[in-house]
Amino acid sequence: MNLPIDTILVLLILTSFLLLGSSRLATCISIGALQGIMVGLLPLAVSGAGLTVRVAAIAAVIMALKGFVFPYLLSRALRESDTSREVQPFVGYAASLFVGVLSLLASFWLDHKLKLPVHATSDLVVPVAFTMMMTGLFLIVARRTAVNQVIGYLVLENGIYTFGLAIVRDIPVLIELGVLMDMFVAVFVMGIAIYRINREFDHIDSDRLNTLKG
Amino acid sequence: MNLLPLATMLAGLILAPFLLGVINRTKAVFAGRYGSPLLQAYYDLGKLLRKGAVYSRTTTWVFRAAPVIGLASVVVALALVPISGTPASLSFSGDLVLFAYCLGLVRFFTVVAALDTGSAFEGMGASREVQFSALAEPALILGLAALARVTGSLSLTGIFSGMAGSTWLVAGPALALIAMALLIVFLAENARIPVDDPNTHLELTMIHEVMVLDYSGPDLAMILYGAALKLWVLGALIVNVLLSLLGLSGGAALAGFALGMILLAVVVGVVESVMARLSLLKVPQLLLGAGALSILAFVLIVRFTL
Repeated sequence: MNLPIDTILVLLILTSFLLLGSSRLATCISIGALQGIMVGLLPLAVSGAGLTVRVAAIAAVIMALKGFVFPYLLSRALRESDTSREVQPFVGYAASLFVGVLSLLASFWLDHKLKLPVHATSDLVVPVAFTMMMTGLFLIVARRTAVNQVIGYLVLENGIYTFGLAIVRDIPVLIELGVLMDMFVAVFVMGIAIYRINREFDHIDSDRLNTLKG
Repeated sequence: MNLLPLATMLAGLILAPFLLGVINRTKAVFAGRYGSPLLQAYYDLGKLLRKGAVYSRTTTWVFRAAPVIGLASVVVALALVPISGTPASLSFSGDLVLFAYCLGLVRFFTVVAALDTGSAFEGMGASREVQFSALAEPALILGLAALARVTGSLSLTGIFSGMAGSTWLVAGPALALIAMALLIVFLAENARIPVDDPNTHLELTMIHEVMVLDYSGPDLAMILYGAALKLWVLGALIVNVLLSLLGLSGGAALAGFALGMILLAVVVGVVESVMARLSLLKVPQLLLGAGALSILAFVLIVRFTL
Protein backbone atom coordinates (compact mmCIF):
# COMPACT_ATOMS: atom_id res chain seq x y z
CA MET A 1 0.00 0.00 0.00
CA ASN A 2 0.95 3.60 -0.41
CA LEU A 3 0.74 5.47 2.89
CA PRO A 4 0.19 9.10 1.73
CA ILE A 5 -2.46 8.17 -0.86
CA ASP A 6 -4.31 5.84 1.50
CA THR A 7 -4.24 8.39 4.33
CA ILE A 8 -5.79 10.99 2.03
CA LEU A 9 -8.43 8.50 0.88
CA VAL A 10 -9.35 7.56 4.46
CA LEU A 11 -9.61 11.26 5.32
CA LEU A 12 -11.92 11.70 2.31
CA ILE A 13 -14.25 9.01 3.68
CA LEU A 14 -14.09 10.53 7.16
CA THR A 15 -15.01 14.00 5.88
CA SER A 16 -17.94 12.48 3.97
CA PHE A 17 -19.14 10.78 7.17
CA LEU A 18 -18.72 14.05 9.07
CA LEU A 19 -20.91 15.79 6.50
CA LEU A 20 -23.58 13.14 7.09
CA GLY A 21 -23.45 13.67 10.84
CA SER A 22 -23.08 17.44 11.30
CA SER A 23 -26.07 19.61 11.92
CA ARG A 24 -24.82 23.15 11.30
CA LEU A 25 -24.57 24.54 7.78
CA ALA A 26 -21.44 26.60 8.53
CA THR A 27 -19.68 23.46 9.80
CA CYS A 28 -20.78 21.56 6.70
CA ILE A 29 -19.25 24.26 4.49
CA SER A 30 -15.92 24.07 6.33
CA ILE A 31 -15.87 20.28 6.16
CA GLY A 32 -16.63 20.50 2.43
CA ALA A 33 -13.69 22.91 2.05
CA LEU A 34 -11.42 20.49 3.91
CA GLN A 35 -12.51 17.70 1.61
CA GLY A 36 -11.81 19.91 -1.42
CA ILE A 37 -8.25 20.51 -0.21
CA MET A 38 -7.77 16.76 0.36
CA VAL A 39 -8.93 16.06 -3.19
CA GLY A 40 -6.50 18.71 -4.42
CA LEU A 41 -3.65 16.96 -2.59
CA LEU A 42 -4.53 13.63 -4.18
CA PRO A 43 -2.91 14.22 -7.63
CA LEU A 44 0.26 15.41 -5.85
CA ALA A 45 0.37 12.20 -3.79
CA VAL A 46 -0.39 10.02 -6.82
CA SER A 47 2.38 11.45 -8.99
CA GLY A 48 4.85 11.40 -6.08
CA ALA A 49 8.39 11.91 -7.31
CA GLY A 50 7.34 12.32 -10.94
CA LEU A 51 5.60 15.60 -10.19
CA THR A 52 5.25 17.91 -13.17
CA VAL A 53 4.44 21.61 -13.24
CA ARG A 54 1.17 20.80 -14.98
CA VAL A 55 -0.05 18.45 -12.21
CA ALA A 56 1.05 20.92 -9.56
CA ALA A 57 -0.84 23.72 -11.31
CA ILE A 58 -4.02 21.63 -11.58
CA ALA A 59 -3.75 20.66 -7.91
CA ALA A 60 -3.31 24.31 -6.96
CA VAL A 61 -6.37 25.34 -9.01
CA ILE A 62 -8.48 22.54 -7.47
CA MET A 63 -7.43 23.48 -3.95
CA ALA A 64 -8.06 27.18 -4.56
CA LEU A 65 -11.52 26.58 -6.04
CA LYS A 66 -12.81 23.79 -3.80
CA GLY A 67 -11.00 24.84 -0.66
CA PHE A 68 -11.52 28.61 -0.73
CA VAL A 69 -13.68 30.03 -3.55
CA PHE A 70 -16.66 27.66 -3.25
CA PRO A 71 -16.80 27.82 0.57
CA TYR A 72 -16.61 31.61 0.33
CA LEU A 73 -19.48 31.73 -2.19
CA LEU A 74 -21.56 29.33 -0.10
CA SER A 75 -20.97 31.09 3.21
CA ARG A 76 -21.84 34.41 1.56
CA ALA A 77 -25.07 32.90 0.25
CA LEU A 78 -25.76 31.55 3.74
CA ARG A 79 -25.05 34.92 5.36
CA GLU A 80 -27.23 36.84 2.95
CA SER A 81 -30.09 34.37 3.06
CA ASP A 82 -30.35 35.01 6.82
CA THR A 83 -32.32 31.83 7.46
CA SER A 84 -31.98 28.90 9.79
CA ARG A 85 -28.40 27.79 10.29
CA GLU A 86 -29.48 24.18 10.70
CA VAL A 87 -29.34 21.49 8.05
CA GLN A 88 -32.99 20.39 8.47
CA PRO A 89 -32.60 16.82 7.27
CA PHE A 90 -35.31 14.56 5.89
CA VAL A 91 -33.31 11.64 7.24
CA GLY A 92 -31.92 11.98 10.77
CA TYR A 93 -28.19 12.26 11.47
CA ALA A 94 -27.82 8.82 13.02
CA ALA A 95 -29.74 7.21 10.15
CA SER A 96 -27.62 9.21 7.68
CA LEU A 97 -24.43 7.89 9.27
CA PHE A 98 -25.85 4.40 9.00
CA VAL A 99 -26.55 4.96 5.30
CA GLY A 100 -22.97 6.19 4.96
CA VAL A 101 -21.65 2.97 6.49
CA LEU A 102 -23.94 0.90 4.25
CA SER A 103 -22.73 2.75 1.17
CA LEU A 104 -19.16 2.11 2.30
CA LEU A 105 -19.80 -1.62 2.53
CA ALA A 106 -21.69 -1.58 -0.77
CA SER A 107 -18.79 0.22 -2.48
CA PHE A 108 -16.25 -2.30 -1.27
CA TRP A 109 -18.50 -5.12 -2.43
CA LEU A 110 -19.06 -3.41 -5.77
CA ASP A 111 -15.32 -2.90 -6.22
CA HIS A 112 -14.77 -6.57 -5.41
CA LYS A 113 -17.28 -7.62 -8.10
CA LEU A 114 -16.22 -5.02 -10.63
CA LYS A 115 -13.25 -6.19 -12.66
CA LEU A 116 -11.73 -2.95 -13.90
CA PRO A 117 -9.55 -3.26 -17.02
CA VAL A 118 -6.84 -1.01 -15.59
CA HIS A 119 -4.99 -1.35 -12.33
CA ALA A 120 -5.84 1.50 -9.96
CA THR A 121 -3.16 3.53 -8.17
CA SER A 122 -4.30 2.18 -4.81
CA ASP A 123 -6.62 -0.63 -3.75
CA LEU A 124 -8.78 1.90 -1.98
CA VAL A 125 -9.32 4.49 -4.70
CA VAL A 126 -12.30 2.89 -6.44
CA PRO A 127 -14.34 1.99 -3.32
CA VAL A 128 -13.61 5.41 -1.78
CA ALA A 129 -14.76 7.11 -4.98
CA PHE A 130 -17.98 5.06 -5.01
CA THR A 131 -18.61 5.87 -1.35
CA MET A 132 -18.18 9.58 -2.00
CA MET A 133 -20.49 9.49 -5.01
CA MET A 134 -23.18 7.68 -3.00
CA THR A 135 -22.84 9.99 0.02
CA GLY A 136 -22.97 13.03 -2.25
CA LEU A 137 -26.12 11.78 -3.92
CA PHE A 138 -27.61 10.93 -0.53
CA LEU A 139 -26.81 14.43 0.78
CA ILE A 140 -28.61 15.96 -2.20
CA VAL A 141 -31.69 13.80 -1.64
CA ALA A 142 -31.85 13.76 2.15
CA ARG A 143 -31.21 17.41 3.03
CA ARG A 144 -33.71 20.20 2.78
CA THR A 145 -31.61 23.34 2.49
CA ALA A 146 -30.19 24.38 -0.87
CA VAL A 147 -26.73 25.04 0.61
CA ASN A 148 -26.43 21.45 1.76
CA GLN A 149 -27.52 20.20 -1.64
CA VAL A 150 -24.73 22.20 -3.24
CA ILE A 151 -22.29 20.58 -0.81
CA GLY A 152 -23.71 17.17 -1.72
CA TYR A 153 -23.11 18.00 -5.36
CA LEU A 154 -19.50 18.95 -4.60
CA VAL A 155 -18.94 15.67 -2.72
CA LEU A 156 -20.37 13.81 -5.72
CA GLU A 157 -18.00 15.66 -8.02
CA ASN A 158 -15.05 14.96 -5.70
CA GLY A 159 -15.93 11.28 -5.90
CA ILE A 160 -16.04 11.34 -9.70
CA TYR A 161 -12.72 13.18 -9.80
CA THR A 162 -11.13 10.60 -7.47
CA PHE A 163 -12.46 7.80 -9.66
CA GLY A 164 -11.08 9.48 -12.78
CA LEU A 165 -7.70 9.91 -11.12
CA ALA A 166 -7.61 6.20 -10.28
CA ILE A 167 -8.49 5.02 -13.77
CA VAL A 168 -7.13 7.56 -16.22
CA ARG A 169 -4.33 8.94 -14.04
CA ASP A 170 -3.40 11.61 -16.57
CA ILE A 171 -6.39 13.76 -17.44
CA PRO A 172 -5.66 16.33 -20.17
CA VAL A 173 -5.41 19.88 -18.83
CA LEU A 174 -8.15 21.16 -21.09
CA ILE A 175 -10.76 18.67 -19.83
CA GLU A 176 -9.67 19.23 -16.25
CA LEU A 177 -10.02 22.98 -16.51
CA GLY A 178 -13.30 22.59 -18.39
CA VAL A 179 -14.75 20.49 -15.58
CA LEU A 180 -13.55 22.95 -12.95
CA MET A 181 -15.02 25.83 -14.95
CA ASP A 182 -18.37 24.01 -15.17
CA MET A 183 -18.36 23.45 -11.43
CA PHE A 184 -17.50 27.04 -10.77
CA VAL A 185 -20.42 28.18 -12.91
CA ALA A 186 -22.70 25.59 -11.26
CA VAL A 187 -21.84 26.72 -7.72
CA PHE A 188 -22.15 30.34 -8.79
CA VAL A 189 -25.57 29.75 -10.35
CA MET A 190 -26.70 27.77 -7.30
CA GLY A 191 -25.51 30.63 -5.07
CA ILE A 192 -27.70 33.00 -7.06
CA ALA A 193 -30.55 30.48 -6.96
CA ILE A 194 -30.25 30.27 -3.16
CA TYR A 195 -30.39 34.05 -2.99
CA ARG A 196 -33.45 34.15 -5.27
CA ILE A 197 -35.27 31.34 -3.41
CA ASN A 198 -34.63 33.22 -0.19
CA ARG A 199 -35.79 36.59 -1.57
CA GLU A 200 -38.95 35.04 -2.93
CA PHE A 201 -39.87 32.76 -0.04
CA ASP A 202 -37.90 33.96 3.03
CA HIS A 203 -36.22 30.59 3.39
CA ILE A 204 -33.94 28.28 1.41
CA ASP A 205 -36.00 25.16 1.89
CA SER A 206 -35.98 23.67 -1.59
CA ASP A 207 -38.63 21.13 -0.62
CA ARG A 208 -41.25 23.84 -0.47
CA LEU A 209 -40.67 24.63 -4.15
CA ASN A 210 -43.04 21.71 -4.70
CA THR A 211 -45.94 24.01 -3.88
CA LEU A 212 -45.21 25.88 -7.14
CA LYS A 213 -46.63 22.94 -9.07
CA GLY A 214 -50.11 23.85 -10.33
CA MET B 1 7.04 -19.54 36.28
CA ASN B 2 7.41 -16.06 34.88
CA LEU B 3 6.20 -13.53 37.42
CA LEU B 4 6.19 -10.53 35.10
CA PRO B 5 2.55 -10.94 33.92
CA LEU B 6 1.37 -11.13 37.53
CA ALA B 7 3.50 -8.10 38.40
CA THR B 8 1.95 -6.02 35.60
CA MET B 9 -1.52 -7.07 36.74
CA LEU B 10 -0.62 -6.09 40.31
CA ALA B 11 0.64 -2.74 39.00
CA GLY B 12 -2.77 -2.25 37.39
CA LEU B 13 -4.54 -3.08 40.65
CA ILE B 14 -2.40 -0.63 42.60
CA LEU B 15 -2.00 2.21 40.11
CA ALA B 16 -5.53 2.42 38.66
CA PRO B 17 -6.91 5.00 41.16
CA PHE B 18 -3.83 7.15 40.52
CA LEU B 19 -5.16 7.87 37.00
CA LEU B 20 -8.23 9.52 38.53
CA GLY B 21 -5.88 11.77 40.48
CA VAL B 22 -4.04 12.73 37.27
CA ILE B 23 -7.34 13.52 35.51
CA ASN B 24 -8.54 15.68 38.40
CA ARG B 25 -5.20 17.47 38.67
CA THR B 26 -5.27 18.28 34.93
CA LYS B 27 -8.78 19.70 35.28
CA ALA B 28 -7.67 21.73 38.32
CA VAL B 29 -4.71 23.18 36.41
CA PHE B 30 -7.01 24.17 33.55
CA ALA B 31 -9.40 25.85 35.97
CA GLY B 32 -6.54 27.67 37.72
CA ARG B 33 -7.02 25.77 40.98
CA TYR B 34 -4.44 23.90 43.00
CA GLY B 35 -6.62 20.81 43.04
CA SER B 36 -6.94 17.79 45.30
CA PRO B 37 -3.90 15.59 46.02
CA LEU B 38 -2.91 13.11 43.32
CA LEU B 39 -3.63 10.28 45.76
CA GLN B 40 -7.10 11.55 46.70
CA ALA B 41 -8.82 8.48 45.21
CA TYR B 42 -6.85 6.23 47.62
CA TYR B 43 -7.86 8.38 50.62
CA ASP B 44 -11.50 8.19 49.48
CA LEU B 45 -11.35 4.42 49.16
CA GLY B 46 -9.73 4.11 52.60
CA LYS B 47 -12.35 6.33 54.17
CA LEU B 48 -15.23 4.42 52.58
CA LEU B 49 -13.81 1.05 53.64
CA ARG B 50 -13.80 2.13 57.29
CA LYS B 51 -17.46 3.10 57.19
CA GLY B 52 -20.54 0.92 57.54
CA ALA B 53 -23.04 0.32 54.75
CA VAL B 54 -26.69 1.34 54.79
CA TYR B 55 -29.20 -0.74 52.82
CA SER B 56 -32.66 0.33 51.80
CA ARG B 57 -35.49 -2.02 52.83
CA THR B 58 -36.67 -2.15 49.20
CA THR B 59 -33.48 -3.80 48.01
CA THR B 60 -32.78 -7.53 47.74
CA TRP B 61 -29.64 -9.63 47.52
CA VAL B 62 -29.10 -8.39 43.94
CA PHE B 63 -28.25 -4.96 45.27
CA ARG B 64 -25.63 -6.38 47.65
CA ALA B 65 -24.17 -8.82 45.15
CA ALA B 66 -23.73 -6.28 42.32
CA PRO B 67 -20.60 -4.46 43.62
CA VAL B 68 -18.81 -7.76 44.35
CA ILE B 69 -19.64 -9.28 40.97
CA GLY B 70 -18.76 -6.00 39.25
CA LEU B 71 -15.35 -5.79 40.90
CA ALA B 72 -14.64 -9.49 40.27
CA SER B 73 -15.43 -9.32 36.56
CA VAL B 74 -13.41 -6.16 36.01
CA VAL B 75 -10.45 -7.87 37.73
CA VAL B 76 -10.86 -10.79 35.29
CA ALA B 77 -10.85 -8.27 32.43
CA LEU B 78 -7.66 -6.78 33.89
CA ALA B 79 -6.07 -10.25 33.93
CA LEU B 80 -6.79 -10.57 30.18
CA VAL B 81 -5.12 -7.33 29.12
CA PRO B 82 -1.42 -7.51 28.26
CA ILE B 83 0.83 -4.53 28.89
CA SER B 84 2.98 -3.51 25.93
CA GLY B 85 4.56 -6.81 24.95
CA THR B 86 4.36 -8.47 28.37
CA PRO B 87 1.79 -11.28 28.03
CA ALA B 88 -1.35 -11.14 30.18
CA SER B 89 -1.66 -13.46 33.18
CA LEU B 90 -4.62 -15.16 31.51
CA SER B 91 -4.93 -15.68 27.79
CA PHE B 92 -6.53 -18.13 25.38
CA SER B 93 -7.86 -17.97 21.85
CA GLY B 94 -11.02 -15.92 21.80
CA ASP B 95 -10.44 -14.12 25.10
CA LEU B 96 -11.26 -10.76 23.50
CA VAL B 97 -14.93 -11.76 23.56
CA LEU B 98 -14.62 -12.64 27.25
CA PHE B 99 -12.92 -9.28 27.79
CA ALA B 100 -15.77 -7.35 26.15
CA TYR B 101 -18.44 -9.24 28.05
CA CYS B 102 -16.68 -9.05 31.42
CA LEU B 103 -17.24 -5.33 31.03
CA GLY B 104 -20.78 -6.17 29.88
CA LEU B 105 -21.35 -8.17 33.08
CA VAL B 106 -20.24 -5.21 35.22
CA ARG B 107 -22.75 -3.04 33.41
CA PHE B 108 -25.53 -5.62 33.63
CA PHE B 109 -25.23 -5.94 37.39
CA THR B 110 -24.93 -2.18 37.92
CA VAL B 111 -28.15 -1.76 35.93
CA VAL B 112 -30.00 -4.60 37.66
CA ALA B 113 -28.98 -3.28 41.08
CA ALA B 114 -30.11 0.22 40.08
CA LEU B 115 -33.52 -1.18 39.13
CA ASP B 116 -33.57 -3.17 42.37
CA THR B 117 -33.61 0.02 44.44
CA GLY B 118 -36.97 0.95 42.95
CA SER B 119 -35.93 4.59 42.54
CA ALA B 120 -37.29 6.37 39.45
CA PHE B 121 -34.07 8.33 38.95
CA GLU B 122 -31.95 5.19 39.04
CA GLY B 123 -34.23 3.52 36.53
CA MET B 124 -33.77 6.48 34.23
CA GLY B 125 -29.98 6.31 34.59
CA ALA B 126 -30.12 2.56 33.94
CA SER B 127 -32.12 3.08 30.77
CA ARG B 128 -29.61 5.62 29.45
CA GLU B 129 -26.62 3.48 30.40
CA VAL B 130 -28.07 0.52 28.53
CA GLN B 131 -28.94 2.60 25.48
CA PHE B 132 -25.49 4.14 25.21
CA SER B 133 -23.58 0.97 25.86
CA ALA B 134 -25.65 -0.88 23.26
CA LEU B 135 -24.24 1.65 20.78
CA ALA B 136 -20.70 1.61 22.20
CA GLU B 137 -20.41 -2.17 22.19
CA PRO B 138 -20.33 -2.65 18.39
CA ALA B 139 -17.56 -0.05 18.18
CA LEU B 140 -15.48 -1.93 20.77
CA ILE B 141 -16.13 -5.42 19.35
CA LEU B 142 -15.54 -4.39 15.73
CA GLY B 143 -12.39 -2.52 16.72
CA LEU B 144 -11.06 -5.62 18.47
CA ALA B 145 -12.14 -7.77 15.51
CA ALA B 146 -10.18 -5.52 13.16
CA LEU B 147 -7.11 -5.85 15.40
CA ALA B 148 -7.61 -9.62 15.46
CA ARG B 149 -7.79 -9.67 11.67
CA VAL B 150 -4.62 -7.64 11.15
CA THR B 151 -2.54 -9.79 13.54
CA GLY B 152 -4.27 -13.11 12.87
CA SER B 153 -4.71 -13.86 16.56
CA LEU B 154 -7.87 -14.13 18.62
CA SER B 155 -6.42 -13.44 22.05
CA LEU B 156 -5.52 -10.00 23.37
CA THR B 157 -2.00 -11.15 24.24
CA GLY B 158 -1.52 -12.51 20.73
CA ILE B 159 -2.89 -9.34 19.16
CA PHE B 160 -0.63 -6.97 21.02
CA SER B 161 2.48 -9.11 20.76
CA GLY B 162 1.79 -9.49 17.03
CA MET B 163 1.58 -5.76 16.44
CA ALA B 164 4.73 -3.84 15.60
CA GLY B 165 5.90 -0.86 13.62
CA SER B 166 5.55 -2.93 10.45
CA THR B 167 1.81 -3.41 11.12
CA TRP B 168 1.48 0.36 11.04
CA LEU B 169 3.21 0.44 7.66
CA VAL B 170 0.65 -2.06 6.33
CA ALA B 171 -2.49 -0.68 7.93
CA GLY B 172 -1.54 2.63 9.54
CA PRO B 173 -4.72 4.61 8.73
CA ALA B 174 -6.91 1.71 9.91
CA LEU B 175 -5.04 1.44 13.22
CA ALA B 176 -5.37 5.18 13.78
CA LEU B 177 -9.12 4.87 13.20
CA ILE B 178 -9.32 1.99 15.70
CA ALA B 179 -7.46 4.06 18.29
CA MET B 180 -9.95 6.91 17.74
CA ALA B 181 -12.96 4.60 18.02
CA LEU B 182 -11.51 3.02 21.18
CA LEU B 183 -10.96 6.48 22.68
CA ILE B 184 -14.64 7.35 22.17
CA VAL B 185 -15.69 4.00 23.68
CA PHE B 186 -13.25 4.64 26.54
CA LEU B 187 -14.85 8.03 27.29
CA ALA B 188 -18.38 6.62 27.01
CA GLU B 189 -17.80 3.48 29.07
CA ASN B 190 -16.05 5.35 31.86
CA ALA B 191 -18.82 7.96 32.05
CA ARG B 192 -16.54 10.89 31.19
CA ILE B 193 -17.34 14.07 29.27
CA PRO B 194 -18.61 14.35 26.45
CA VAL B 195 -20.97 11.45 27.24
CA ASP B 196 -21.48 11.79 30.97
CA ASP B 197 -20.23 14.25 33.55
CA PRO B 198 -18.61 12.56 36.57
CA ASN B 199 -18.94 15.76 38.64
CA THR B 200 -22.59 16.45 38.02
CA HIS B 201 -24.83 16.94 41.04
CA LEU B 202 -28.17 16.82 39.27
CA GLU B 203 -29.81 13.40 39.22
CA LEU B 204 -31.77 14.25 36.08
CA THR B 205 -28.64 14.57 33.97
CA MET B 206 -26.62 11.74 35.47
CA ILE B 207 -26.06 8.46 33.75
CA HIS B 208 -23.55 6.39 35.64
CA GLU B 209 -23.51 8.34 38.90
CA VAL B 210 -27.25 8.09 39.42
CA MET B 211 -27.15 4.30 39.35
CA VAL B 212 -24.84 4.10 42.35
CA LEU B 213 -26.57 6.76 44.47
CA ASP B 214 -27.91 4.22 46.98
CA TYR B 215 -24.55 2.63 47.75
CA SER B 216 -22.53 3.54 50.80
CA GLY B 217 -19.43 2.45 52.68
CA PRO B 218 -17.47 -0.58 51.44
CA ASP B 219 -19.95 -1.21 48.60
CA LEU B 220 -19.37 2.27 47.23
CA ALA B 221 -15.63 1.75 47.65
CA MET B 222 -15.84 -1.42 45.54
CA ILE B 223 -17.79 0.41 42.86
CA LEU B 224 -15.36 3.34 42.77
CA TYR B 225 -12.37 0.98 42.67
CA GLY B 226 -14.06 -1.06 39.93
CA ALA B 227 -14.62 2.12 37.92
CA ALA B 228 -10.93 3.04 38.32
CA LEU B 229 -9.91 -0.44 37.13
CA LYS B 230 -12.24 -0.14 34.13
CA LEU B 231 -10.56 3.15 33.26
CA TRP B 232 -7.19 1.39 33.46
CA VAL B 233 -8.29 -1.66 31.43
CA LEU B 234 -9.86 0.25 28.53
CA GLY B 235 -7.07 2.82 28.61
CA ALA B 236 -4.50 0.02 28.38
CA LEU B 237 -6.06 -1.10 25.08
CA ILE B 238 -5.62 2.35 23.52
CA VAL B 239 -2.09 2.80 24.84
CA ASN B 240 -1.13 -0.69 23.60
CA VAL B 241 -2.42 0.08 20.10
CA LEU B 242 -0.59 3.40 19.90
CA LEU B 243 2.58 2.14 21.57
CA SER B 244 3.01 -0.61 18.98
CA LEU B 245 3.97 2.18 16.57
CA LEU B 246 7.22 2.76 18.46
CA GLY B 247 8.10 -0.94 18.67
CA LEU B 248 9.70 -0.72 22.14
CA SER B 249 10.63 -3.81 24.12
CA GLY B 250 11.61 -4.81 27.65
CA GLY B 251 11.92 -2.08 30.26
CA ALA B 252 11.53 0.70 27.72
CA ALA B 253 8.12 -0.71 26.74
CA LEU B 254 6.93 -0.74 30.36
CA ALA B 255 8.16 2.82 30.90
CA GLY B 256 6.50 3.85 27.64
CA PHE B 257 3.27 2.22 28.78
CA ALA B 258 3.29 4.05 32.11
CA LEU B 259 3.98 7.33 30.35
CA GLY B 260 1.24 6.56 27.82
CA MET B 261 -1.32 5.91 30.55
CA ILE B 262 -0.49 9.18 32.30
CA LEU B 263 -0.67 10.99 28.96
CA LEU B 264 -4.07 9.40 28.30
CA ALA B 265 -5.31 10.58 31.71
CA VAL B 266 -4.06 14.09 30.87
CA VAL B 267 -5.89 13.91 27.52
CA VAL B 268 -9.09 12.94 29.34
CA GLY B 269 -8.58 15.87 31.71
CA VAL B 270 -8.03 18.25 28.79
CA VAL B 271 -11.12 16.94 26.98
CA GLU B 272 -13.17 17.48 30.13
CA SER B 273 -11.81 20.99 30.54
CA VAL B 274 -12.28 22.27 27.00
CA MET B 275 -15.47 20.47 25.98
CA ALA B 276 -19.00 20.75 27.23
CA ARG B 277 -20.97 17.60 27.65
CA LEU B 278 -23.04 16.65 24.60
CA SER B 279 -26.80 16.81 24.84
CA LEU B 280 -28.32 13.40 25.45
CA LEU B 281 -29.77 13.34 21.93
CA LYS B 282 -26.33 13.87 20.38
CA VAL B 283 -24.59 11.08 22.30
CA PRO B 284 -25.96 8.21 20.14
CA GLN B 285 -24.64 10.08 17.12
CA LEU B 286 -21.15 10.22 18.62
CA LEU B 287 -21.23 6.52 19.50
CA LEU B 288 -22.55 5.58 16.06
CA GLY B 289 -19.69 7.64 14.67
CA ALA B 290 -17.28 5.51 16.70
CA GLY B 291 -18.99 2.41 15.30
CA ALA B 292 -18.60 3.79 11.77
CA LEU B 293 -14.88 4.34 12.41
CA SER B 294 -14.51 0.74 13.58
CA ILE B 295 -16.38 -0.61 10.56
CA LEU B 296 -14.26 1.53 8.24
CA ALA B 297 -11.10 0.26 9.96
CA PHE B 298 -12.29 -3.33 9.64
CA VAL B 299 -13.11 -2.96 5.94
CA LEU B 300 -9.75 -1.29 5.31
CA ILE B 301 -7.88 -4.04 7.10
CA VAL B 302 -9.73 -6.76 5.19
CA ARG B 303 -8.75 -4.93 2.01
CA PHE B 304 -5.10 -4.47 3.01
CA THR B 305 -4.56 -8.04 4.16
CA LEU B 306 -6.32 -9.76 1.25
